[in-house]
Formats: sequence, structure tokens, C-alpha cells
Amino acid sequence: MIRRRLFTTALSFAAVVALVFLLLPLLAIFLRVPPAELFAQLGSEVAIDAIVVTLKATGIAQALILLVGTPAAYLIASRGFRGRAFVVTLVELPLVLPPAVAGIGLLAAFGRLGLLGSTFDLLGVSISFTQTAVVLAVSYVASPFYLRQAIASFEAIDHALLDASRTLGAGPARTFFRIALPLAGKGLAAGAALSFARGIGEFGATIMFAGSLQGVTQTLSLAIYAQFDLDFDVALALGALLVIVSAAILLTVKLISAWTRSTSTSPSPVARFGSS
Amino acid sequence: MDTLDFDFTLPRRSFRLELALAVGRETFALVGPSGAGKTSVLRAVAGLVRPARGRIALGGRVLFDAAAGIDLPPEERRVGFVFQEYALFPHMTVEKNVAYAGRTRAADVLERFRIGHLAKSRPGELSGGERQRVGLARALARNPSVLLLDEPLSALDPHTRASVRAELRTILDRLDVPVLLVTHDFQDAAVLADRVGVLIDGRLLQTGAPTELIASPADAFVASFTGANLLTGCALLGPDGLTQVTLADGNLLYSVDGAKGLVDIAVDPWEISIAREPHDDSALNHVRGPITSLVHIGNRARVQIGTLVAEVTRQSIDRLDLKQGDVVVASFKAAATRLVARRPGIESASCGAEQRAGADAGRWATAARAPREH
Repeated sequence: MIRRRLFTTALSFAAVVALVFLLLPLLAIFLRVPPAELFAQLGSEVAIDAIVVTLKATGIAQALILLVGTPAAYLIASRGFRGRAFVVTLVELPLVLPPAVAGIGLLAAFGRLGLLGSTFDLLGVSISFTQTAVVLAVSYVASPFYLRQAIASFEAIDHALLDASRTLGAGPARTFFRIALPLAGKGLAAGAALSFARGIGEFGATIMFAGSLQGVTQTLSLAIYAQFDLDFDVALALGALLVIVSAAILLTVKLISAWTRSTSTSPSPVARFGSS
Repeated sequence: MDTLDFDFTLPRRSFRLELALAVGRETFALVGPSGAGKTSVLRAVAGLVRPARGRIALGGRVLFDAAAGIDLPPEERRVGFVFQEYALFPHMTVEKNVAYAGRTRAADVLERFRIGHLAKSRPGELSGGERQRVGLARALARNPSVLLLDEPLSALDPHTRASVRAELRTILDRLDVPVLLVTHDFQDAAVLADRVGVLIDGRLLQTGAPTELIASPADAFVASFTGANLLTGCALLGPDGLTQVTLADGNLLYSVDGAKGLVDIAVDPWEISIAREPHDDSALNHVRGPITSLVHIGNRARVQIGTLVAEVTRQSIDRLDLKQGDVVVASFKAAATRLVARRPGIESASCGAEQRAGADAGRWATAARAPREH
């Protein structure tokens, strides 16, 4: 009897420790400085610059990811070709890659002394340490989150539906837009939310490839890093903003997957969150 | 006129599908066990899979010709395809599903199939029978030149199946285009089709009207596929004009069919009656043995005696108080049997004297097969 109670107590203790440990840093951000003052700090020049750079770079990166990633995922998902499993693994590789490796790789490919650097030089284009570099770094790190989810969502569509569309007189393009895209829609939205979250928090690859120039390449994450020994309150305010954005995205993904489960007749499962 | 005419080879994983067939304004059913390549035939006609060799034509139009390099994409073939689970678009209403094909007004088509009241429903809300009607309506909305149906009844539960089957027959009869359907169920084929082809391992074994196939199956598989019992034995013409067939276990059976040598005797389960002692009736064939299994299906019962399956009413089981293990006599008339000559093979050599000598083998050690369960 006592032993059983002891065991239950031990389990509860472990759960409390884990939760407190995970929540404490987040709470600390909001508790150290009064909320009103915290949000006043967001009006500072550094903060506004960082928000603008982040929104612009992440927005453009996200648009590129959707525009290129969706058709690419559809092709990979709907064609059986040799080396397909290899291609899917390749797409997932950046997920497990340390961001610093992504940064050095981007420099080696697109930097001034990199693989394509001389080509860009001839065209009079320099990429590294510009906003274009931020977009590339964010796209590189965030796109696998979308691609992976998009491939899974397209694969989950009953192939008979696509065949049926063709026999009903619709060509491949009409089949894609009228059948595949709507049926994969919820999964694609969840994937987009995940890649957006990853993109907005991008740090390692960006600081190596794009640097941390205020108003040019300094995103929110980089600004936190730059500010924490200059003005800790500004760093805290930026942190608070990112906590709220991240929480909102997580909630969105959860809602989308719950909605998918409850309304779908032919399932297009949303891959587990946080699988990287 | 509008004839579907094809002759092609399609390599599958474990066999080659090799088929030549002409379907006029009729309903043709391809029947066969799962994995026989039935669905692949439909997919090839629809353009969803590409044969390695051959030609597919519909009326005067060539849909596919490997030699001439013609391969029309599915959307240009004007083929109506009803998929096995109907493949209705789950994110569209019934009306939108039917309008997707687009040639005729969706409302007219819905009315013709008496599904106007379902126009605003989603496929997920429909019953099996309703889904089938929507699937048919959608496939026919483009006025296709041929209608293909993949296992049109397999997605239905047994209660609705019979009524939907009759309804489907009426719809198919009114069409004036070739209809090619595939099913693993011979009874479905017999009800729906004018002609039936038995497809096994990618080859057409026999083609004919359903009654022809039942009456004179080309071989043992076709006979067993139509639902009949099959017992193998050695046939010779008896003095009374009946054919005597000696089974491996020494039992002697009689048939009105004429045949010689190694044969399969086919007899339908419902032609067999069961009693504790042989009746003093007109049945010539009696087989004694213990009941190895007894399964009730509604008001009927399937009784297995050795490899022989009889289908009798529940009342007669109750009246005789039969249970598993009881020794009974299964009786059937000579006129209820059909003899099917065995295709020449290794076994044909064994038909002769040694069969009578091996009479004390005692069991049905022959190649008899139980009918398929559905």
C-alpha cells in the first residue's frame, strides 16, 4: 500500500520537475520586466528593424517554399521512380543537419569565394551578407519541414481519385488543382505553419551566411543575441514576441490536425509535429 | 458500330496478361479470382496503364496502338470508369462530382439516376447503394463510348447487394454502349452480363453466356468457379446409356453426360440432399461419409461430407437432428451432374485399372474442390 503510494508520488514528482523546467525560462521572460514596459521596448529602433527584416525575409522565403515545394512534392509523391526513397531522404537531410553546417555550406556554394561565387560576381551580384542571403538561409533550413509534410499529404491521397479525375476528362493540371491540392490542403497548411515557425526562429545559418547587420540582415533571433549584453530588456521583449508567435503557430498546427482527423473521409494524415 | 476491340499484352509482376476480346453493345463480364489481372484489363482500356504490345480500338477510334505509337491519355479516350470503391471526390457534393465530368447538365443526370435529392450531400454521408448510383451517374455524365466497371458490387453489404444488383442490370440494359465489367463473383456476372469470360493468370479460359459456362465448363476451374462441387474420377459408358464414373475411393457415380477417361464431375451444392439412410428415390448417386462441418447461413445450411458440399434447408437439418460427426448419405440425381473432361496432363495417365484397385484408400483423395465461399 505504502509502496504503491510512493511510486505514484515519484511519478508525479518527475512530471512536475519536467513541466517546471520547460516552463520556467518562458515565464521568466515575462516576469522579469512588467508586461507594459516589455512591449514598450518593442518600439525601439532595433526591435522594429528586426521585426521588419524577419517578416520580409521569412515571408519571401515562405512564398518561395510554397511555390517551388508544392509541385516538387507532388511529383515526388505521385511518381514511382528509381531512387525515390533516396530523394525523400535527401530532402529530409537538412532537418537533422546542424544549422552551422547549413551556414558554412551556403557560404561555400553562394559566397564570394564559393562554388557559384565567381558566376554571381560576373553578373555583378553579391549574395552573402545581404537580405537575399537571409532569404536563402531561411529557405534552406525551413523548406524540408514543408516538403516532407507535403510529400506525405500527397501520398495519402487515394490514387483512384486521381485516376477517376483523368477518366472524367480532366488533364494532369486540372487534376492537380481540383483534386490533389484541395485534398492535401490541410496537410499542406500544417506543413507551411511548421516551416514558418522554423524560419522565423532561424539563427545559425543566417548569422554565418548573412551576418547580423541591423536593418539589413538582423532578424529577431539575431537581434536577441546582439542585444543581450547591450540592453537586456530589449532582448527580453523580442524573446517575449517570439514566444507568443511560436505558441500561436503551435496552436494552429494542433487545430489543423484535429480538424483533419474529425472531418476527413479519406485520411490525409498530418505528420507528427516536432519530429526533427 | 461501337465495338470495343482489343488485343494486348501487359506484363504484370507474376504473369503476363494476354488478352484479345471484342465487346459489342452488350455487357461482358470478366470473372476470375483476385490477382488474375481483371482490373489491369480495365486500366489498360482506360489508359491508366500502358500495355507492352497490342492495339485497343473503340468503334473507329484507335485508343492505343503500340506499333503505330498511338497512346491517347485517359482524358481523351471517352471511357466511363466506375471504380471499385467508386472513388467519389470526398471534398465535393454529389452534384459537383457529377458536374466534374461536365458534358451534360448535372441536374439532368441526377434526375435520370433518381439521386436528385442527394445533390447537396457529400459522398461520406451516402449509403453504399447511393454511392454506387452516384459513381455510375458520374461515369455516364460524359456520354462515354464504353463503360468499365471494377467490382461494382463488392463494396456493398450483403443486404443491399441483391437489390442493387438487379437495379444495375436494368441500368446496363438501357445503355447503348459496350459495357465491360470485372468481378470475382460468378453469380454477379451471371445476373449482370450477357457474356462471361473466365480470366485466370492473365489468360481467358472460356467465354460464353453464363448458362453455357455452368452447363459446359471448359475445365475444372471454370466448373468450381461457377460454384459447383468437383470430384475427379474415371468415366466409361455403362450398359444403360448412363456414364459410370469410378472415383479414387471406389465409389461409383452416374451421370447423364457422355464422357470417357479422366473427368471431373460437377454438381451444384443445392442439388444434393442429405439423409441418414439412402432414400428409395430416383437419385442414383449416394455418397456415405461423416459430416466434417456444418455451417448455418440464414435459413440454409452448408453441410460438408468429405470434400462434397451440400446446401440444404435449416428445417431438414433440424428434422434429422444432424450434427458434426454424424454419418450420412448424400444423394444426387444423375441428371444433376455434369462431366468435364480433364485437360490432358500428368494425371490423365492414372485413369485405369489401378484406380479400382486403390478402392480401399477410403477417403476422397481426389482432386475434388470445394466451391468458393462468397
